[in-house]
Amino acid sequence: MLAKLIAAALLPCLPVFALAENAPARRGADGMLRLYYWQAPTTLNPYLSGGIKDVEAASMILEPLARLDPEGEMIPWLAREIPTLENGGIAADLRSITWHLRPGLTWSDGSPVTSGDVKFTLEYCMAAGSGCAQQAKFRDVIAVDTPDALTAVLRFAAPKPFPYGPFVGPQTPLLQAAQFADCLGTRAAGCTAANFGPIGTGPFRAVDFRPGDAARFDTNPAYRVPDLPAFETVLLKGGGDAITAGRAVLVTGEFDYAWNLQLGPDVLEAMASKGKGQVVTAFSTLVERMALNLREPMPRGSSTNDAKPIPHPAMADVAVRRALAMSLDRNMMTQIGYGAAGRVTCNIVPGPAAYASRANDGCAAQDIPGAQAVLTDAGWTDDNGNGVRERDGRELRFIFQTSTNAVRQDFQVLAKEWWRQIGVETELRSTDASVFFGTDADNPDTLQRFDAHIQMYASASDGPDPEAYLSGWACDNIPNAQNGWQGRNVGGWCDPAYDALLDQLSVTAELDDRAALARTLNDMLVQNYIVVPLVDRGRVSAHANTLEGVRMNAWDSELWNIAEWRRARP
Amino acid sequence: MRSPRRPGPGVLLLGAAVALVLLGPSLWPMPHSAMDLDALNAPASLAHPMGTDQLGRDLVARLIAGGRVSLAVALAAALVGTGIGLAIGIAAGMSRRLDAPLMRLTDIFLCLPLLPLLLIAASLFRAPLAAALGPEAGIFTLITLSIGATSWMGTARVLRAEVRSLMQREFIAAARLAGIGPAQMVLHHILPNVASALSVSAALAAASAILMESALSFLGLGFPPDLPSWGRLIYEGTPHLGTYPGRALWPGAMIAATVIGITCLGDALRNLAAPR
Amino acid sequence: MRFHALRRLAMALPTLLVISVLIFALLELAPGDPMAQLPASIPEQVRADMRAALGLDRGAPVRYLLWLRQMLVVEPSVALDGLLGTNLATGSPRILSLQTRAPVMSLIAQRLPQTLVVVGLAYVIGTAAAVALGVWSAARQGTALDRAGTAIAAMGYGLPPYFTAAVLIYIFAIWLGWLPTVYDTTHRVTGWDSAAVQIRQMILPVAVLSLQTTAQITRYTRAAMLDALGQEYIRTARAKGLPRRRVLLDHALRNSWVATLTVIALGAPQVFAGAIITEQIFGVNGIGQLLIQSLHAGDLPVVQTVTMLIAVLIVLANLAADLIIARIDPRPEHA
Repeated sequence: MLAKLIAAALLPCLPVFALAENAPARRGADGMLRLYYWQAPTTLNPYLSGGIKDVEAASMILEPLARLDPEGEMIPWLAREIPTLENGGIAADLRSITWHLRPGLTWSDGSPVTSGDVKFTLEYCMAAGSGCAQQAKFRDVIAVDTPDALTAVLRFAAPKPFPYGPFVGPQTPLLQAAQFADCLGTRAAGCTAANFGPIGTGPFRAVDFRPGDAARFDTNPAYRVPDLPAFETVLLKGGGDAITAGRAVLVTGEFDYAWNLQLGPDVLEAMASKGKGQVVTAFSTLVERMALNLREPMPRGSSTNDAKPIPHPAMADVAVRRALAMSLDRNMMTQIGYGAAGRVTCNIVPGPAAYASRANDGCAAQDIPGAQAVLTDAGWTDDNGNGVRERDGRELRFIFQTSTNAVRQDFQVLAKEWWRQIGVETELRSTDASVFFGTDADNPDTLQRFDAHIQMYASASDGPDPEAYLSGWACDNIPNAQNGWQGRNVGGWCDPAYDALLDQLSVTAELDDRAALARTLNDMLVQNYIVVPLVDRGRVSAHANTLEGVRMNAWDSELWNIAEWRRARP
Repeated sequence: MRSPRRPGPGVLLLGAAVALVLLGPSLWPMPHSAMDLDALNAPASLAHPMGTDQLGRDLVARLIAGGRVSLAVALAAALVGTGIGLAIGIAAGMSRRLDAPLMRLTDIFLCLPLLPLLLIAASLFRAPLAAALGPEAGIFTLITLSIGATSWMGTARVLRAEVRSLMQREFIAAARLAGIGPAQMVLHHILPNVASALSVSAALAAASAILMESALSFLGLGFPPDLPSWGRLIYEGTPHLGTYPGRALWPGAMIAATVIGITCLGDALRNLAAPR
Repeated sequence: MRFHALRRLAMALPTLLVISVLIFALLELAPGDPMAQLPASIPEQVRADMRAALGLDRGAPVRYLLWLRQMLVVEPSVALDGLLGTNLATGSPRILSLQTRAPVMSLIAQRLPQTLVVVGLAYVIGTAAAVALGVWSAARQGTALDRAGTAIAAMGYGLPPYFTAAVLIYIFAIWLGWLPTVYDTTHRVTGWDSAAVQIRQMILPVAVLSLQTTAQITRYTRAAMLDALGQEYIRTARAKGLPRRRVLLDHALRNSWVATLTVIALGAPQVFAGAIITEQIFGVNGIGQLLIQSLHAGDLPVVQTVTMLIAVLIVLANLAADLIIARIDPRPEHA
């Protein structure tokens, strides 16, 4: 990864598009491209939403300085090159990053793109009262200098070993300063016309945007690559559900591309077998996992502000956690729940390749006798013959909670059965997703409150660098009554050695060293069974056989290279 | 129409469906949640006459279990709905003072957009009720209460009219003169005379409760996935219509048979009450 | 007559006020977080900022009064400004959707045509079919044809619409390949070819919806016709030797209109609310789909406003039915 990065950085003005041999002769020759986003975008301004559907739709229009390719590696987009320590783009003290815009870029209205637009975009998001969804990406930036029209220098408050947060990836594209100048702060919401039709640099422009319903786009006449895009117009249709979308592409061929086909594997296979199109998948870091609660859940109705949480007598024993993990058949879970859309993972950081640990391979094999032996050796035995093991009068009875969702409920039922076989009794509980993932600190059924022993959910690292993600398991990230149930260390695990390694990661700039540290941190989590990774969940979409050029990307927008999409020539 | 003494084919249909659901578990004792991991998506066989689903669960068992849930919802929602309607209808019909405000209330409820409100209630109150009563009992309570609370107005109006006309009759006046209290009056004189109107209302309410529950299931606001109802089985089965048509068609046929049967039963009851 | 209409209108206003309180309270009581839909990688601090930017941190009574003012004053002024070019609403905050940050009324205006075209047409076809079927089966009461008609209506009532839709899609769109499975809301009719496309894409949703409407209304039309046919003057007309057809259409149908029109008027608001499922299946993104989508996303201003709008329509439909009865029905107690 590092070598490739440097190579990319050293080649000045690397062409963004590797043009295919049978590229169309002229722009707009291929007519209309029909996309089906069954969750239709509700705005085209990614700073005001944060929802994937909105970010992706906007990515046809708005572009960042650098994108991530399907392997999770950075490629310069509106920037000339990726700034690094080697090429001087990152200052030696790690406190600034210098981006150079590609010369000659214009917005779709013909005006030039300047470093002023970079500075403005940051101000737009950080303005008080804007409700910008991407603030976290810009938070550490204290100033943007614009020494010339094509150079923007982002200055950070503290040394930033991985400064590729702002303006990398589809969440933080450039906005045109002229268009959004009057939309700062609380006025952001009132700028409906701009939010629904931003002026961008991408291959398409919004013509008619109907939030939650449909949108039409046409080609950007000022697009920088001649002859592209091949399609003249884009129709983005919403409504219905994943089945409607999959059917319209794979069965009847009414649409060219269907996004996010969260369908049962057998349903998807049956659709794909019609021969009209193909299913495409890509993986990033979204891992379905179980979190194990090392603390005794608070009894319902008790006052939650006193008393330190006490360790759970069974869960605090690593043997119990290990046995629970060993008895899962992750292959079967993946097969039943996700099919092509998932793959078994033993790591909480499954990618990019350099960051994925190999130390846990082999976890996927189910080992029920082994799990039984682990429990017996640790003193957990079923002395009273009721089928549930106990030690010191404490039985292995757990509450297993998750959000209400067909696949998760299937997984719950499967796990309950396997755990029954090793002498563990499980009570299943499911909570509506809007509450489970909600942030109402007073509601005991949230992920953060973790009022159970085991819970299952999915979470991902935001971008390829896992530092922020891994810091979620630091000691000070444990949600509790004092901090209003904030934080992602839901299991309540605290290891000073882990925190020390995190501190080391936060001052390491060399990408190889960062990857090595991340792998170690991952191994600590997984080998202590704080989290039990189950399935690396990919994005699944489908495209018609008549559509060429799709390179499915889970790190960036799926539409990242839509300019290169074209109609297949028979 | 046909002779009121002879049950029509619709009523027979209903009888068959109810019998299947009530007697089913003893005839087909397989539990609906038992997984057969060696027979995922199996076609019809001796062991599984309707095949299995993606977790290898037997579809006959699921159809029976789903029927129990659907019919329980229908029964409970109809009880709640006609219960409220009965109380309001009788109160409004018997008391001149209560009549105007109660009928205003009924009018207001008739003006509420019921389906949207039902969806709102079902989506916003699921979590607290599920937390308080457990996922299954909570959703059951939510669904039956919200269907019941939005379907009593017709019963109330019909019963008010019936009670009103009863109050004009001589035997009521006689009973009043004899000093019979309101509770006795309702129990002995009013209820027996409105029973047929009440049973027609209850039948129709039960039929629409089944359909309403299936609509909620379709919109993802029904029972949790591990508790099948006929509506939920159709919802799970429709994606497989091309590959395993039985998964949606069987529960669909059961709903249709039950609803049509209940409607016919309502018609038959009406004819019994008022023979032409 | 005019007095009657005014009196009913005056009674409708407090009803609407009570309904608005009910709707607001129902939504207010419920938990649910509009920020729950965002990716988990967005930190809590940012979520809190976004919530504050959306005005969710203010108390419920304040928001109710604000919403009421927006519904009653601001939005009508905006509409007036649009019509007359005045400047009444400048500076007043409109009802904004949490999800799109756009005015709710403009969302509704965008969705209304789809609903009116597809669901409205289905209602017209469904009621026409219901009247025809009702007349037909009442005229042949007790025959096999009557029973077939009743059976069709019962089937239409007993089958959940999403089940009918799934089966019809499978047969006509997938198996036979005659019709599209998805309704394209951005399709513009510019000539014969595009008109044909529009008709083809409307067939399935309209069929599913009108089957439902027919099933619900046929019961009433048939009963009303039977009622009319049982009247004294019909027997007189028949005895006078008038042709059967004329008796049926001129006399019986005319006299069953009151009941039929009342049922049709009362059912009309369901055009906006009752089609949620069909809209969802075919991707006809009308008012119903807006409602369910906003409900899932926790976009309460949209949910409130759409629900309230439907309530207004129901009250108006009741009023209309009332006036129809008062106008057509010669019986004195209604006048």
